[in-house]
Amino acid sequence: MADPWDVATARPDDRSAVERAVAAAWRIDSARIIATLARTTGDFGLAEDLAQDALLDALRQWPGDGVPRNPAAWLTAVAKRKAIDGWRRQQRRDDRMAEIAVELERAGEGAADAPPWDPEAIDDDVLRLVFIACHPVLSREARIAMTLRVVGGLSSEQIAHAFLVPTATVQQRIVRAKKTLKAANVPFEVPPYVELTDRLGSVLGVLYLIFNEGHAASSGSDWMRPELGLEAIRLSRVLAALLPREPEVHGLLALMELTAARFPARVDAQGDPVLLADQDRRRWDRGRIQRGQHALTRADAIGRGRGPYGIQAAIAQCHAIAADFEDTDWDRIVMLYETLGRVAPSPIVQLNRAAAVTMASGPAAALELIDEIAASGALSSYHLLPATRGELLLRLGRTQEARVEFAAAAALSTNDRERALLEAKAAGD
Amino acid sequence: MKYMLIMRATDEAVEASQEVPFEQIIEAMGKYNESMMKAGVLLAGEGLSDASEGFVVDFSTDEALVTDGPYGETKELFNGFWILEVASRDEAAEWAKRAPLGRGSFLEVRRVTGPEDFPADNEWIEKEAGWREEQAQRGQD
Repeated sequence: MADPWDVATARPDDRSAVERAVAAAWRIDSARIIATLARTTGDFGLAEDLAQDALLDALRQWPGDGVPRNPAAWLTAVAKRKAIDGWRRQQRRDDRMAEIAVELERAGEGAADAPPWDPEAIDDDVLRLVFIACHPVLSREARIAMTLRVVGGLSSEQIAHAFLVPTATVQQRIVRAKKTLKAANVPFEVPPYVELTDRLGSVLGVLYLIFNEGHAASSGSDWMRPELGLEAIRLSRVLAALLPREPEVHGLLALMELTAARFPARVDAQGDPVLLADQDRRRWDRGRIQRGQHALTRADAIGRGRGPYGIQAAIAQCHAIAADFEDTDWDRIVMLYETLGRVAPSPIVQLNRAAAVTMASGPAAALELIDEIAASGALSSYHLLPATRGELLLRLGRTQEARVEFAAAAALSTNDRERALLEAKAAGD
Repeated sequence: MKYMLIMRATDEAVEASQEVPFEQIIEAMGKYNESMMKAGVLLAGEGLSDASEGFVVDFSTDEALVTDGPYGETKELFNGFWILEVASRDEAAEWAKRAPLGRGSFLEVRRVTGPEDFPADNEWIEKEAGWREEQAQRGQD
């Protein structure tokens, strides 16, 4: 179906005050509206369509009629009426339809301020929504698009803008994702306990991908797209409220807050990246560091140990509390990377461990680790492997070899600004 | 971006609130706070005790003066705040509109500044260096 925002207006700048108010209300309420509709209709894809249809009505009617006092109740009632109309056309008159019809009548008599959802069930319903948006039958791109649109309340246009793809691409991903979920008969449910850890892993993975896309844009000319990172943090807070007893949810939130604390210092006045060692730590966001440490404490207090996100958060914490780069507790960071390598082995972790070893034990020891990774053939197309090797060679006084590595790294980098930085190093600047 | 929602109540609001059972006010505020917490936007929030327990520090004379405050003349009293982290001004406005406040109450909504509002240190050093140069040249003229 058409994207309501596109029908209403071609460019976001053209939006009227009412349209902007609709968008804000939608951001706040849409997940709960869609979750409620999915519960009442028993069909997630239909629920999403109905909610988008109701939004389209709102964008047409509210500029003339004014914003209703309870936007969520208005949108939900309109969507439910649309469901009944659809079922009537299909000549389907079952119990579900009768139930919704009675509900709609009752809602008309109810208090104007009452939320249109069951306060006892809504948290579970939103959680079901999160799990369905990140379902393993969906591709990585589809999970990201579904999460941002259905749980985050962003428009396809906003998602497209954030990921530098055409709006039509995002719309296709959503349409296809809904078809895939329908074809696979995916139920609208919180996964049973035995599957929970795996399924939660998929949800956390999606949130972290969104965060990283904002934190180090993998393509294009912008070094960072902080809005996306901040949305990932907000969604992690939503999840932490829904699953307060899952340590890795708090661990991921801690990792994001502690990493985002450095955002203000990560680029200079010209928009060029500033490395951790050179960052002005006075610009780090103290509030975020505090919230990150608090989240890590909450994760630890559950008493089930730290998972990969919790360990990475602990590493980020070491940086956050260090007065400067040299003063950082590098031995502890090396130890944390070793733990991380055992819990979640990956060549990227080895690479980061090598960087920490440089600081703890010097470049020669780190170069040995880097050469091990290179010999294994892993990360052969990852620009940070030659970039790190280059830095180490430079510190060992092997300038010519270092330049060759920087040139190799520049050729592999997909971020314009980063490539420029590496090319300059290859030229010996 | 961060916004501060500053609660301001007039005498009218105070009178109106006295007609509502205290439990009812607490419940409405609790639900409002919970909704913002669950939406992942609430960073902080506090209520302030009665103004009679407070005081004012007045800087209009050379020496700062601690007084009981010009509360008698003040039409609106600052009595609580929330700090929200949202993606836009419109979202801050939408959350503010949902506060369980009645006639005579106002919410002043202000953006909270962050490190991005202030220029990088080195830029100031550069600027200062520029000014010094300028001054030195003027001195030679």
